[in-house]
Amino acid sequence: MPTTRRQFLNFAGGMTVAGTIPIVTLRPIEATPAMLNAAIRNVVGEAQLRTGRIKLDIPPLVENGNTVPMTVSVASPMTADDHVKSIHVFNEKNPQPNIGNFYFSLFSGRAQVSTRIRLADTQKVVAIARLSDDTFWQVASEIVVTLAACTEELN
Amino acid sequence: MAALINVPSKARRGEIIEIRTLTSHIMETGFRHTADGTLVPRDIITGFVCRYNGAEIFRADLFPAIAANPYLSFFTVAKESGKFEFEWIGDNGYSSTASASITVG
Repeated sequence: MPTTRRQFLNFAGGMTVAGTIPIVTLRPIEATPAMLNAAIRNVVGEAQLRTGRIKLDIPPLVENGNTVPMTVSVASPMTADDHVKSIHVFNEKNPQPNIGNFYFSLFSGRAQVSTRIRLADTQKVVAIARLSDDTFWQVASEIVVTLAACTEELN
Repeated sequence: MAALINVPSKARRGEIIEIRTLTSHIMETGFRHTADGTLVPRDIITGFVCRYNGAEIFRADLFPAIAANPYLSFFTVAKESGKFEFEWIGDNGYSSTASASITVG
């Protein structure tokens, strides 16, 4: 029996719905260098890494990689049942992959931390939040750096 | 070493307040070389803790990717009048402390 227009549209519509189901990845966002991956696995272990919930505020273009302002936050009520345990920030192309680990408490009130970081090159920064139910949520941001930090010569 | 601490001196009970800290430190990465090619040894702050009347409210592990003169801003719930204590520790036995008081009404 030849496929009718109606059957075809039904089929195509079904495929679209299937395609929009949120993708839950086991691996960190995109293809990342081995060091970054290893550093993330060190924190996350074998747990699932999901995308979302965590917010990373960092300028998309920085002129000086020696001091880049960064704010990481998670919208969380910070109650005993539902709070953020920690936030871990990683980079892709500095000489070593860690930036900082930040641990909150039930007295934190708000799961947000700001600091200033160094970026050696144009690269991706990844932030991961660990929630009280031991789920991990990640966000990544690309930053273009015009003057690199970390490895320049001393004068 | 000099540290700059910014904590509101007064707050309402239950208010979420921001705490900002800045301490002076070179945060030498250990990846830089001098002009004659010798490696400059690492000298960084590796840890920070903030306690509110003795209870830990925020802690951080720092790495060479943190900029010189580490700045940290975080939050807490103003639950009672008292004292915030800040402590930084680092390479070569580095240790520094600071404190700030708050009146909660």
